[in-house]
This record gives sequence, C-alpha cells and structure tokens, in this order.
Amino acid sequence: MTTAPGVVVTGALGIVHTKLLTISSLRLENGETLHNVAIAYETYGQLDARKANAILVLHALTGDAHAAGYHEGDKNPGWWDTMIGPGKAFDTDKYFVISSNVLGGCKGSTGPSSCDPGTGKRYALDFPQISIGDMVEAQRRLIDHFGIERLLSVVGGSMGGMQVLSWMVKYPDKVRSAIPIATTAKHSPQQIAFNEAGRQAIMADPDWSSGNYYEGTHPDKGLSVARMIGHITYMSDVSMAAKFGRQKKENSARSRFTADFEVEGYLRHRGDSFVRRFDANTYLYITKAMDLFDGFDGKPIQEAFANVTAKVLVIAFKSDWLYPAYQSQEIVRACKSAGVGTSYCEVNSTYGHDAFLLEIDEQTHLIEHFLKKVFFEYEVTGGYGK
Amino acid sequence: MGNEAFRLDHQVIQEWVTPGSTVLDLGCGNGDLLYVLIKKNGARGHGLEISEQEIYKCVAKGLNILHGDIEKGLSDYRDGSFDYVILNQSLQQIRSVDVIIKDALRVGKKVIVGFPNFGYYQSRVQIFFGGKTPVNEALPYQWYETPNLHFFSIADFIDYCRSQNILIERQAFLGEEKQIHLFPNVFAQTGLFLISSKNI
Repeated sequence: MTTAPGVVVTGALGIVHTKLLTISSLRLENGETLHNVAIAYETYGQLDARKANAILVLHALTGDAHAAGYHEGDKNPGWWDTMIGPGKAFDTDKYFVISSNVLGGCKGSTGPSSCDPGTGKRYALDFPQISIGDMVEAQRRLIDHFGIERLLSVVGGSMGGMQVLSWMVKYPDKVRSAIPIATTAKHSPQQIAFNEAGRQAIMADPDWSSGNYYEGTHPDKGLSVARMIGHITYMSDVSMAAKFGRQKKENSARSRFTADFEVEGYLRHRGDSFVRRFDANTYLYITKAMDLFDGFDGKPIQEAFANVTAKVLVIAFKSDWLYPAYQSQEIVRACKSAGVGTSYCEVNSTYGHDAFLLEIDEQTHLIEHFLKKVFFEYEVTGGYGK
Repeated sequence: MGNEAFRLDHQVIQEWVTPGSTVLDLGCGNGDLLYVLIKKNGARGHGLEISEQEIYKCVAKGLNILHGDIEKGLSDYRDGSFDYVILNQSLQQIRSVDVIIKDALRVGKKVIVGFPNFGYYQSRVQIFFGGKTPVNEALPYQWYETPNLHFFSIADFIDYCRSQNILIERQAFLGEEKQIHLFPNVFAQTGLFLISSKNI
C-alpha cells in the first residue's frame, strides 16, 4: 500500500504542508468557551470560482490533518493518500479537498496538550470535555474561512463517520452529499467497553499523574497498551491469521514473556511507535467524545434525519466486528425514514475495521461515481417514496 | 448510460408505471429498469440488490441503491409506502415466494412481477423428448449452476393469484422481441403481471 521512498508516483500530490487557522473563541456544546483555538489543516486541489467543489475529509481517532501527499523528508504519505490525489476517488484535479485535525487533537489543533491562554500552562485535565459536535463546529469555522457556503461532500470513516453524521444534522443546508464509512450513530456497550479498557490502561500508568505529565515522563506504557487494544479491534480473525499466523519471532536474547509470536511483536511495535506521535490525554478526551456521541440526538430513528437534504452513501465492511454492518444499516434506516436519497454497500472484506483504510478499489468505485453524480448534478433520483 | 440492450420487459413495465410514481425495485440488478423509470417516467425510488458488483453499477448510474437481501423481508417499509413494488426476474430466485409477494403487496399499492415461463414450449420439448432440465433463452442456466429456486409457468402464477385472492390488473406475455397473444403459456418466454390486493 505504501510507496517506496524515492519512487516518483505519477499523479501524486507531492510535498504538502499543514497550515493553522486560529479561532478567537469557540463556544462548546457543554456551554464552556475555548479561546484562541488553533485548527491544523491541509488542502489539496483548487477551490473553483463558485466554491462548489469542496470536500471535507474527516479523520478517525488517531488520524490528523495530513491525509494525503508527503511531508518534507517523510517516507510515508498521509493516512488516506490512496484515496486523495489527481485521478483518485477524491480527484484533486476536480475537487478541493480539506482535511483538519479535530478539536481536542494533538497534531496541531488545540487539545489538552495545548497551552491555556488564560493560565499560560498546558490544559491537561482542565481542558473541557469536547464533543463530536464541537469538532464539527470548529470545522465549520474552517469552511467559513474559505468562504464555502456548501460542501460538495463530507466524508470520513469510524470517528470521521460520526462527524459526517453530525454535519448532516447540524448543518443540513451546508452539505450536498455525505459519505459515512464503517461508523455508527452511537457506540454500543462493546465499543464503549474497548475504549474504557484503553482509558484505564492510560490512567493506570503511574506516569500519567492525573494528566499532569507534560513536564516529566509521559505515560507511554499505558498509552501503548491502549493502542494495542485498539489495534486488535481494528483487525479481524482472518486478517490476523493471514498477516501473522502463529509465526514465531526470532529472538536472540530470551527472557520470560518476551514476544514469542509475530503478532505480539507487531502489537508492541505499534504501541511503541504510537506513543511517539500521540498524546495520552487526547486519547482519553477523544475516546470519551466518541462514547458520548449520539448521531440521532436522542430522537427516535424516524425523526433523527428529518432536516437532512444531502444525498448519502453509507459504506460498511463485512468483517468489521468493531463497527458492524448493522450499525450502518441503522443509519440507512434513519435516512430512509426521512426520505433522504441513500445508497448503501456492505463491501466484502476480510480486513476488519481497518478496511476503510485498505479496501481502496472498492471504495474508489463507489465514491468516484457517487461524487461525480452529485458534482455534475446528474442525479436521477428524488429520494424515497414516503 | 442506460443505453443497454433493448429489453421488451422494461418497455412494458415502463408503459404500466404511471408517471411521477414512487417505485421500489427488489433485486434491481444493474439498475437499468430503475434508471429508465426515473429518467423517462419521472419516478422516484430506490433499488434493493444483493450483489456488490451490481451495486457499483447502480451507484455509477446515480441511483439510490441499498445492499440487502430480499429474503430478509420488507419490515423496514411501511404499508403502502410505494406506488409500485417491482419483482422483475427476481421472484424465481427467492426462497419464500409467497411471503415476499404478500409483503410486496403490503408495501406497494401495486406490484409488478416478471418471471421466466416454465411452460415455454422449448422447455416442454426438452423435458418431454430430451428428458433433461430445460436450457433455453428463458432459462439460460444448467441445472447445477442455476440461481433459480422455483420453476413455474404463467398458468401456475395465474392459479396462485386466484387462490390467494390477488387481483391481476394487467398482464403481458413476451417472446424474444414481441408480445405473445396466442397460447402464451406455450409460446411466451416471460410472464409479466401487474397485481394488487383485492381487498383494497
């Protein structure tokens, strides 16, 4: 999937840069206000004269604004580079693609690791509990900054899909189409349970120090265990068997409970590399925001999407047991009840939840044509019966 | 787009569907029929399809298409929520035909059914003289690879409607290129019916 360094790929975006937007104040859903909020973002392609070709791409739990292209000196491109670029599903020759780091994040946007302008110190746990809706509010400011009245599409997988649903409900007149992928309107007890295990791993690390670790040692052990739990839930039984089997690791120095199997080594490696790029407190805040999210806003499913006008494409993956297809079907049911023009595909994949980052051909097929129809307003349909 | 091979059944269905209606196409395949109904009849609606590859084709046509299995039922749909529910060339591949027809009649004010006629003379000849499972234009599959679960004739379907108190509002019997009027249960490859519940 990744491109070898030094290989020139035709149609690639090349070197891209992350930029910052500062919002003077942002009122949150819980009534609190954040000041001097930074939002990190990247854009790919050109905004057309009518400002009608903008697509907002929304990242998952541990993603960031760097969705495509390469940062100077990096070996790997952005997290959805296979989907975004000239001639790709999100064709940057046609569309203007915007990607931003979520509010509460740790990759340039304001979050618990940022300095509180009021005290001059890091927020840590003084950071307010932000919501998925607050993330969307910050993105709305970014869209305003570009003077975009209506987005051609909002798209995202997993937590990104939750933001898509929030956009549909909060700003129905600002989205022409929406593509929620491998996501849910609300977390099930199982999803909350996995997140809670991750949070407990972080908070059980003595280095966490009630969130005040920024001047000292970071809770790397706890955060890496949280990441390991996450990774297990992103894969499937089949994909793990294919990737690792029961392959033993070749260890020179052996002691008790070293990583015997490839899969153990892999999880340890993913955990270790994760702590170098991610903030433990952000992990706590964002997983909490996901658990608390209710895409139907407490309304019965029939009324949830009453004001939605976007054309919707819902995508799920067969082996995704973390965000099972029935949750996507519930979103479809809500769309149907509201008479929203909706398409739904359950892509046959063995990759588990990770499929939204890996099943590129299938998603490209669906998204490329779907967007084209919306963009050129070839739409032939007018929604559902009643 | 939609410039596929001419389909007589699509043309007849198109004539039957009142312009501006709402339609639900169950087992819509590549979406050609739904596309025509929306484009030419100003219909609104969506399709249900089980095959992922066909879903791609429907999305490329700009149709609203849901990935799903007709066998799972239509419980998501309210009574009378569509003017027409269409079961064209899908009924013979459904396990619980009776249940689905009844459910279609509940969800749709009218139901359009199209199926291969097992009474087609070539089938009769192949069974009678060859002693073999028929393979012809209407039934193009070998016995070991056919997706068809039910083999029924135009006469069978008319009997069924009579016994179930289902009203046949319109019917058409199709050969390869034209409609068949004489002995349709012998000469037609395809039976098309527009049905509704008698008690409405």
